[in-house]
Amino acid sequence: MTGAAPLAEMAGVSVRYRRAGRLSHGLIAIDLQLAANATVAVVGESGCGKSTLGRVLLHLQQPSEGAVRFRGEDLTLLKRAELRRRRRAMQMIFQDPFASLNARMTIGETLAEPLVVHGLARWRDARPRVAAMLERVGLEPGVAARYPHEFSGGQRQRIAIARAVIAEPELVVADEPLSALDMTVQGQIVSLLASLQETLSLTYLFISHDLPLVREFAGRVVVMIAGRIVEDGPPDAVFATPAHPYTKLLVSCVPVPDPAQERARQAAAGNTSTIAAAEAPDHAACPFRSRCPHAMPICATMPPFRHVAPDRQAACWLHESS
Amino acid sequence: MSTHLVDVSGLDVRFGATHAVRDFSLAVAQGESVGLVGESGSGKSAALLALLGLHPEARVQVSARTLRVGGTDLLSATGPQLRDLRGGVAGLIFQDPLAALNPLLTVGAQVSEVLRRHRRLPARAARQEAAALLALVGITDAQARLGHYPHEFSGGMRQRVMIATALAGQPRLLLADEPTTALDVSVQSEIVRLILRLRAERGMGLLWVTHDLALMAGIVDRVVVMYAGRVMETAPVDALYGRPRHPYTQTLLASLPRLDRPHRPRAALPAEATAPGHGAQTGCPFAPRCPRRFSACDTLPPLFTDGATQAACWLLA
Ligand SMILES: Nc1ncnc2c1ncn2[C@@H]1O[C@H](COP(=O)(O)OP(=O)(O)OP(=O)(O)O)[C@@H](O)[C@H]1O
Ligand SMILES: Nc1ncnc2c1ncn2[C@@H]1O[C@H](COP(=O)(O)OP(=O)(O)OP(=O)(O)O)[C@@H](O)[C@H]1O
Ligand code: SF4
Ligand SMILES: [Mg+2]
Ligand SMILES: [Mg+2]
Repeated sequence: MTGAAPLAEMAGVSVRYRRAGRLSHGLIAIDLQLAANATVAVVGESGCGKSTLGRVLLHLQQPSEGAVRFRGEDLTLLKRAELRRRRRAMQMIFQDPFASLNARMTIGETLAEPLVVHGLARWRDARPRVAAMLERVGLEPGVAARYPHEFSGGQRQRIAIARAVIAEPELVVADEPLSALDMTVQGQIVSLLASLQETLSLTYLFISHDLPLVREFAGRVVVMIAGRIVEDGPPDAVFATPAHPYTKLLVSCVPVPDPAQERARQAAAGNTSTIAAAEAPDHAACPFRSRCPHAMPICATMPPFRHVAPDRQAACWLHESS
Repeated sequence: MSTHLVDVSGLDVRFGATHAVRDFSLAVAQGESVGLVGESGSGKSAALLALLGLHPEARVQVSARTLRVGGTDLLSATGPQLRDLRGGVAGLIFQDPLAALNPLLTVGAQVSEVLRRHRRLPARAARQEAAALLALVGITDAQARLGHYPHEFSGGMRQRVMIATALAGQPRLLLADEPTTALDVSVQSEIVRLILRLRAERGMGLLWVTHDLALMAGIVDRVVVMYAGRVMETAPVDALYGRPRHPYTQTLLASLPRLDRPHRPRAALPAEATAPGHGAQTGCPFAPRCPRRFSACDTLPPLFTDGATQAACWLLA
């Protein structure tokens, strides 16, 4: 959101899914700009459209409405062959590592393929680069001969990361890339991603449920519920003083590694439920209305997305009066 | 016969040359909740699958002194006994929802199947109950969602479908492999409370595999820490967080980023490209990365007992 042109941009993007004759909304009127070399995190409720947002941004999925631009170019207008050439610059680490990996290819082939496809190496001389990449994600080069099912969940996740970055892309959408890793390996991969960002000027869209990790890794966070962005700002400020009641709920649910504190939290929560209601949502209203402790009559209309500080925005009627 | 839901000792799992689980022992009592943590690739999932006899015999070598789950002896169990165990006595939440759900069957069919087999519900009642289970794990519009296929769900919704499937048979033991990694913290806390409530109401035993040490703090009574296929430490939850004894456990806890504290750089371990399980372990498996190693560490340490804690480290000798 600086003066420079964004690396990637979504303008008025909506996605609708039609299932058994019924329409449901994946994304609603999303506007999002990613500055080059930035790390933007996306957090939000399970099923709110984060993965859909990532796929649309990389043009792995067509939006029902709106424009998606990369370096100013509208991807929705590109021909297939041209799009394929752009692919090298845009990589996705899928939420499910199996979706990033071909079950019938060895890990060596899986990592060499992007290099060969984009003319960066031939099959024969890709090997040293593959070995070096494996080592950077904490795996022995010897595993190159093995197949995806022969790895643990966290090892597969690291292979998917290696595949996404080996051809030196410009934009990486990482969908929960570190969720299956223990703390020490996670630390190692976070520094790898940070150092790649520095050497390659990479831009990350980082989808995650791990708020402490988001604060450590991202310079900006976007909060979503029910297909909409409801808050946007620097993670430190957003998590310390959430502007949206949903963000506040999220922050209050983050566990801390202290058994006594956690048991007290369980006990205090009792049987209250914060999960979305069972009925289909009303898209004209604020998506959080049915669960919001501050809901007012006006919340039956969708609040506008407004600045609540120079570098922060939120969509909530609580901020309209001030 | 033991009264434990899980009673395992001397478990070894080998994938050919990869020796993934070594001399693993574990007991879970009725109504007890045990956490299993450890480095990525340390053998947690391999151990869990062995508890239900899910490793294909032809390619995976499983051996143990004792391997008893919910009263079934897996070393001698017959086919029908194993089928009653899986999904009936013990519910399993797999680490990988996409691999565990059948892409060609609707979600409703998959949950109903468990209800029909293990609770003998007729088709109509099974469908009703399936919808109730989906609603219980927070899937909106559950009735309509029964007719959808796994690919039409988000990652976290698929994970919740799997949780519903595992709970459908009203198991006495729930084995959960990273069950909430795809859930936001608010839905996660609901699911955790649901499972803990079932534990209190039915005396269900729990075994959670997780990397989330913050989440685990509030949900388990006891923790088992693994590294390179072996148990490094086992302790009551308060002791483990209050006074971790094994240097690996200490590193794990020291590298946690916390939202309630100012950010500080993580404690880093010397990076090591590991392929756990190859070759014999003559010394302590953690020694190459241990900040406190000394001469004794060239020999494999046994589990030393100190109060309620057991740790495989020569510092406790
Ligand atoms: N192919 C599809 N067909 C129909 N509906 C879909 C499809 N893909 C996603 N959806 C629906 O769109 C919504 C958003 O899904 P999405 O996967 O983007 O959520 P998410 O924010 O990534 O959730 P999670 O955190 O659980 O992964 C969900 O309600 C989902 O069921
Ligand atoms: N089918 C298989 N064939 C060969 N090796 C395997 C197979 N499955 C697992 N392994 C290896 O066995 C070891 C233990 O794997 P396991 O899946 O139990 O790890 P884990 O502790 O669950 O790790 P994570 O936290 O990453 O899921 C790993 O080194 C893995 O590469
Ligand atoms: S707009 Fe209203 S219902 Fe929505 S979060 Fe703000 S106060 Fe709550
Ligand atoms: Mg997702
Ligand atoms: Mg695992």
